[in-house]
Amino acid sequence: MKLKIKILLANPLSVMGLLLISLVFGSAIFADFITPFPLHKGAVVDFSNFNQAPNLTNIMGTDLVGRDLFTRIIYAFRISIMLGVVVLIISVPIGVFMGLLAGYSGGKLDFVLMRITDVFLSIPPLVLAMAVMGLLEPTLLNGMLAVTAMWWPWYTRLIYNLTRSEKEEGYVVAAEVVGASRWHVMFREILPNCTHAIITKMTLDFGFVILIVSSLSFLGLGVQAPTPDLGSMVAEGARYLPDSWWLTVFPGLAILIIVFGFNLVGDALRDMMDTDS
Amino acid sequence: MPPILRLIVQRISLALVVLIGVSMLIFAIARVIPGDPARIALGPNATVEQVEILRETLHLNDPIYVQYGYFVRDISQGDLGVSLYTNRPVTIDIAQFLPATLELVIVAGIMMICIGLPLGMISARYKGQFIDNLLRVVSLLGVSAPSFVWAVILMLLFAYFLPIFPVAGRIEDIYVIKAVTGFLLIDTLIDGNIDAFFNASWHIFLPAFALALSGIGQAARLTRANMIETYNKPYIEMMRAYGVSQFRIASRYAFKPSLIPSLTIIGLDFAAMLGNAFLVEAVFAWPGLSRYGVAVILRKDLNAIVGTVLVISLTFVLVNIIVDLLIAFLNPRIRYSQRPK
Repeated sequence: MKLKIKILLANPLSVMGLLLISLVFGSAIFADFITPFPLHKGAVVDFSNFNQAPNLTNIMGTDLVGRDLFTRIIYAFRISIMLGVVVLIISVPIGVFMGLLAGYSGGKLDFVLMRITDVFLSIPPLVLAMAVMGLLEPTLLNGMLAVTAMWWPWYTRLIYNLTRSEKEEGYVVAAEVVGASRWHVMFREILPNCTHAIITKMTLDFGFVILIVSSLSFLGLGVQAPTPDLGSMVAEGARYLPDSWWLTVFPGLAILIIVFGFNLVGDALRDMMDTDS
Repeated sequence: MPPILRLIVQRISLALVVLIGVSMLIFAIARVIPGDPARIALGPNATVEQVEILRETLHLNDPIYVQYGYFVRDISQGDLGVSLYTNRPVTIDIAQFLPATLELVIVAGIMMICIGLPLGMISARYKGQFIDNLLRVVSLLGVSAPSFVWAVILMLLFAYFLPIFPVAGRIEDIYVIKAVTGFLLIDTLIDGNIDAFFNASWHIFLPAFALALSGIGQAARLTRANMIETYNKPYIEMMRAYGVSQFRIASRYAFKPSLIPSLTIIGLDFAAMLGNAFLVEAVFAWPGLSRYGVAVILRKDLNAIVGTVLVISLTFVLVNIIVDLLIAFLNPRIRYSQRPK
């Protein structure tokens, strides 16, 4: 473990990724202390100061009702991180369980479960989430639900493929010969050997969940005002291009920074896994 | 049966199973929504009797599996119901808007393959050197932002600050093109109107590129990883020993086997692009399925939502069949493993 952290820190790209992630998490946690106008996270108006280009007081400018954009972006990190955590906490266990079950059981159960997974994978993720979101009310909770509904199949497919290859390994056959139960083999023998892959995918996915959620709110199907959200900020600002460019560029770059950070670290983790095997 | 035909039959029957599943899923989503679809359709001023009559015509009083039966029957007859938003049959609405979206996605797909694969090949060839690191960071950046962010940034840079490309639309209004296929790039050529063709290409470039960026990044990353793996194989070593040129090795011997794993992901990326097209269309005011889709979703227009999702999924399943067959065509091991046992 110690060695692995050392490898991770030896690569400048992954160090940069770790820095970006800590920056985002740190600023989200301490948002109340580091933002210049903490009150601007809510429904405040300051019309004397609206639509200002970036300047010394408002380093990223102000929005159409005069709120500090920098403050709102930092608070939007909170929502994004929370959504990422909740979606993955719910969808990963479901996906992993289905994948283990289908891969280890084989036969009819395998066929049925994997076809169900195929069905979910045959609807473009954003479209499925949009449909769920549109039919329910567009709230934060439903947004999480919608994204969760489309996220688990990716884990099912990943774990299914891993399980199918691990199943033939000596240690699994040995456990079966001693008479270990099905659940024991699935959860105590095969699952621990998949954790690397799961953690790597979760790191990469954290960024992608944030990306999808921001896309939903860009279309007006996600987090609702006055809660600050990166996607809806871009959507709102896009109408005032090119003059008020800061309204779209800074929230857009904020999304890029989070997702880029997680991708850098996820990539490094994956490379490390490859050298393991 | 020849192996390739056997494979086609097998893939199509699997796709049918998946499509039936998709129809069930969409049906289920459409039925779990809170509220009475008949009441939503008629609005709050309708009387109880009117709602009851509509419930009867929509078969809402029948058991759920009977309703599903009607649903499948209508779909198989190409009847997706009437949209509450436009008051027209959903099939006509979709037929009007889908070509613009498909055109955008196909052009983006071509860009993804024509730019992403060569970038990955170059990266693999110069592994660990400056150009490889640069390309890796660039492709990772491409993957790391949603397409609407790229759309906004590209639009600011190349349509406003450097006014090279048009800001919105598919073609300038001065051109009148007879709609044959609905694909402007093809219709203008059928018309023989070269000016209009270039104008349409001019308009599609920026949105398609914004849409393709994450795909380009993805394709480059995958191709790089697969090529590096192939470069370590003994047969490549042998080619080098024979003195075959680097370019020939890369383009001919290392590329083909590395392409196979990338193709599967390219198929999946195509699916993502069908969804992401919604985002890019919104930024560039592209008259495709997006505005319609978002409008009907916000209005809870059940038939139209179901129709849109169904058509997009069907397109995606078709693309995946094509990708599967392409892989089989490229990989002799799959091609010949389909022999009857």
